[in-house]
Amino acid sequence: MSPILDIRGLTVSLPKQADRPYAIKDITFSVNAGEIVCVVGESGSGKSVTSFTVMGLHDKRALTPVAGEILLQGENILNASDAKIRRMRGEKMAMIFQEPMTALNPVAPVGDQIGEMLEIHTNLSASKRKAKVLQAMRDVHLPDPEKMYHSYPHQLSGGQRQRIVIAMSLVLEPVLLIADEPTTALDVTTQAQILSLIKELQERRGMGVLFITHDFGVVADIADRVVVMQNGEIVEQGPVDQVLGAPEHPYTKMLIAAVPSMTPPEREEVTGETALSATRLNKQYGHKGLFGGGRVVDAANDVNFIVRRGETLGIVGESGSGKSTVARCVMRLIDPTSGEVLIGDTDIATLREDKLRPHRRDIQIVFQDPYRSLNPRRTVGQSITEGPVNFGVSQAEALDRAKRLMSIVGLAPEALDRFPHQFSGGQRQRICIARALAMEPMVLIADEAVSALDVSVQAQVLDLLEDVRDEFDLAMLFITHDLRVAAQICDRIMVMRKGVVVENGPTAEVFSNPQHEYTKALLAAAPGHGTFDKESA
Amino acid sequence: MAETASPAPQAAAQPSIWRIALRNRSVFWGGLILVIIALIAAFGSFFTADPMDINPMGRLKPPGDFGLFGTDQLGRDVFSRVVNGARISLTVGTAVAVISIVIGLFLGLVAGYFRYMDAVIMRVMDGLMSIPAILLAIALISLSGATLLTVVTAIVIPEIPRVVRLVRSVVLTVREEPYVEAAIAAGTRTWLIMLRHVLPNTIAPLIVQATYVCGSAMLTEAILGFLGAGIPPEIPSWGNIMSEGRTFFQLTPWIIFFPGAALAVTVLAVNIVGDGLRDSLDPRIARTMR
Repeated sequence: MSPILDIRGLTVSLPKQADRPYAIKDITFSVNAGEIVCVVGESGSGKSVTSFTVMGLHDKRALTPVAGEILLQGENILNASDAKIRRMRGEKMAMIFQEPMTALNPVAPVGDQIGEMLEIHTNLSASKRKAKVLQAMRDVHLPDPEKMYHSYPHQLSGGQRQRIVIAMSLVLEPVLLIADEPTTALDVTTQAQILSLIKELQERRGMGVLFITHDFGVVADIADRVVVMQNGEIVEQGPVDQVLGAPEHPYTKMLIAAVPSMTPPEREEVTGETALSATRLNKQYGHKGLFGGGRVVDAANDVNFIVRRGETLGIVGESGSGKSTVARCVMRLIDPTSGEVLIGDTDIATLREDKLRPHRRDIQIVFQDPYRSLNPRRTVGQSITEGPVNFGVSQAEALDRAKRLMSIVGLAPEALDRFPHQFSGGQRQRICIARALAMEPMVLIADEAVSALDVSVQAQVLDLLEDVRDEFDLAMLFITHDLRVAAQICDRIMVMRKGVVVENGPTAEVFSNPQHEYTKALLAAAPGHGTFDKESA
Repeated sequence: MAETASPAPQAAAQPSIWRIALRNRSVFWGGLILVIIALIAAFGSFFTADPMDINPMGRLKPPGDFGLFGTDQLGRDVFSRVVNGARISLTVGTAVAVISIVIGLFLGLVAGYFRYMDAVIMRVMDGLMSIPAILLAIALISLSGATLLTVVTAIVIPEIPRVVRLVRSVVLTVREEPYVEAAIAAGTRTWLIMLRHVLPNTIAPLIVQATYVCGSAMLTEAILGFLGAGIPPEIPSWGNIMSEGRTFFQLTPWIIFFPGAALAVTVLAVNIVGDGLRDSLDPRIARTMR
């Protein structure tokens, strides 16, 4: 049987000023009918360029295919005319994207958007089109399609939106589905549902799926075959069991080893003094209107915890769970509605800004987005020394401290007079950690601090966080949506849902014996559950 | 990819805003025209006849023997008047741009950064925006007499809210940036946060806005002069020259044509520079600042 998609020796060149000559180089792989092929790699590996080139959606000014061919059912896409490619898109191949909100038109009802595909590519009558759209919506298990037909994208949840996008791409029954990180923007429980939907549809229709991802957990759950890419080249490919179970290339081995295990290591109970505690912490958004209207949302509801020096408390939850709200209340970046936040023995929950400022040095934060956490116009040295200088440390001494911290976080002290854009994401996150440490805090909050990083870099930054916690005897509040990461670094875990703490306990206990239904669901939904646990157990 | 100890070798510092801007062709050519006009405004009067000099024998003469641009109904040299008028136009344009940017920047920073000031300042700005510049100028002049200062004030007031809105919108997005929150967490004082972390982000859009303010101020000044509500009529501003030439327009079009053309070229040059700056600063900053 000939493959649906056959990529042979594909090379795509980059413009001259880029850091390497080719975006992808000499790529050869194929996708058969009834098969899911995962292309996996870190950022910059060329996996998205591959998928976009297949769809003919690559940026034509920057990227030029210079060698090789892409055969879709034997027809070379690279030589096809624009009109021909337009017809192929939708009818023969379709694509779903990472961010379902931006992939849909916000001002058109979703039913019409699915119908548009039929309007362009078929001659069906309006009533037949509608029937077909409703069938497509039923196929992706959307509730009450007749009603949802007229909904706008913002009225649906992220998972429902992604289902709409999938319905849209599959309504013309293409033979090839390209999915570019389709679940990366979704919560873990939603991700599990979408993955099983893609698998179900693929089996029912016997189409080929080219699935782009950075997440080995997802690969383990969904792939039949795996293609591993690094710096634009394929380093390894083969059946999923072989690549995950017995990887040959050192890069693949390193990537798989870097996937954090779901089994928490043995940890001793930490008995240091209490550095941070929150009591009956509440945060409400919105307010009752003058005449009783308005809507109040409890972003955090009666949250209690303590963190000891030398201990890491994880707050785990999906988007909207209130985990970041808690962090920001504790930092006093937002004001809690009520409750106590004790740092040492001072309640900072209601202090005025001028009274609060002296206590700011005791509690520092590392944010999620390494690209926005540093002022692009200030040198790394200026960013790191800003805090200490605020507290009366002399410029020279602050600079000395900054140099020491740079080597602690694994960067060259000479790099202090460079600007943030000259560093990679992982390096910037190290700089942010150095900036936080420069204040000599008691408490360090890591708000999704490793979530935006590639898995290999993530492992290094996690190690660094653990090292500095021990070296400086910090109390750490670790906020994450990723259970694997939490399992590795946290001593205790607090699971939050819709502003409420639903479960709370030592990490090993929460993972091995979850009490709350929601915790159980979260654990079950973690991608790669099974594959990677067997290895580490 | 393995983390290395030193960052990728790249250009050490970022190119300055001006270097980026001058690489743009419309900024360069528009700027060149403006520099020439500014030089004429500054030094032109040393080389031309007295613009007030009346010559009863040479009234309403076409361009030629009685001057490069002809003469007006009092026999004054139109060329000399246009050259001298450049000074008024450029002064008004620059003064209005600078004053409205300075005041607007301050109010915009305050409104954007302090939530409790936001509503107050913005409602006042809405009020100011509803005042037509020309009506305000006429009112001010009837109250205090026609001077350059009144004209500039009258044009500045309705211009301020536009700047405030621009600055406020930038501040609203920047204040949510994690690096600003990190500075708050580091105990940096509020005024220093605004100066160090917020203000620099407003510079690029403000430079662009300043050019548009400058262009429209020059037009408004000319309109006021034309209506007789601007600079005192004896001073040769482009608006005044056109106003005086109005009655003879069909007979002696040069009296209106030359100051009009000068005004058009100047405003066009300012707007070309503004467009060029917008193109070069906005996307470039988005890219290089990342």
